[in-house]
Amino acid sequence: MRSLFRLSGEGEGFVPPSSNDFELPPVFGDNAFTTKPILLIFLSVILVSVFFLISSRKAAIVPSKLQFAGESIYSFVRNDLGRDIIGHEFMRFVPYLFTLFTFVLTNNIFGIVPFLQFPTMSRVSFPYVLAVFTFVVFHYVGIRKQGIVKYLKDIMFMPGVPKPVYVLLTPIELATFFLVRPLTLSLRLFANMFAGHLLLLVFILGGEHLFQGVLGLKLISPFAFAFGIGLTFFEFMVQCLQAYIFTLLTALYIAGALADEH
Amino acid sequence: MEGTLNLVGYGLSAIGPAIATGMIFAAYISGVARQPEARSVLQPIAFLGFALAEALALFGLVLAFVL
Repeated sequence: MRSLFRLSGEGEGFVPPSSNDFELPPVFGDNAFTTKPILLIFLSVILVSVFFLISSRKAAIVPSKLQFAGESIYSFVRNDLGRDIIGHEFMRFVPYLFTLFTFVLTNNIFGIVPFLQFPTMSRVSFPYVLAVFTFVVFHYVGIRKQGIVKYLKDIMFMPGVPKPVYVLLTPIELATFFLVRPLTLSLRLFANMFAGHLLLLVFILGGEHLFQGVLGLKLISPFAFAFGIGLTFFEFMVQCLQAYIFTLLTALYIAGALADEH
Repeated sequence: MEGTLNLVGYGLSAIGPAIATGMIFAAYISGVARQPEARSVLQPIAFLGFALAEALALFGLVLAFVL
């Protein structure tokens, strides 16, 4: 019975996927600027722009299927993320929110597209840059709207709080606005994409390894593959959700900076 | 077996944010179920709270790799 479930006889162990699997070599020669994530970033820019250029080029009152698809994504971002959260000044920010949403969504979905199969945002530098953009935008908007003195005063000394509490509250609020918000915004996206890709690797590579074992293990490996397929659909849900949350939090931060008091 | 105790510690530290996230969304869902028109008011609050609770889990993740 034990020989039925023994792993392959030569004693080669299963090497679990690790963060080393995310360090990809350059695609063309030794040029470090042509690694897979960078090429995927450029591909996503091309895909998003071409899709929305084509879908909006022949805009008609009775929309074609393509136009309908493009417009429903746009109206989702404009209405649910812009108008409902930012309020009456929302039209200024719709271009940024829309770009952010489609860009992050496309790059996330690359994680489950056959042959591409690498979520770009699982390299932490890309979410960092996006978070820096959001950080600059919402502070700039707040300072322009309220003036730098009042904006900082509202952050540091939240109105309507007893004075001794400021000893605790001021450091927390400062850290929240200048450190925690951009950091968590990027790390949330990164961690979800990283963990999701690693999870898929575990099940697919594990299933493959089980298939190379003896008969008993060969019988188990289809279950690993089936889980891998199920988790791919789960990943698709997570990828859409993370793009949504990234844009939603950006909108929330902008709305907070625009509001008169926090 | 390879790996460090950091990951065990991260697993333990993720329990708190997990419970917190569950409670935030439970409150949000029951709030919307009782008063569906309050959805647009509750949604930003729920997601801000969720972001704050998840921030703690993310700190744990970062520390698990850094330490």
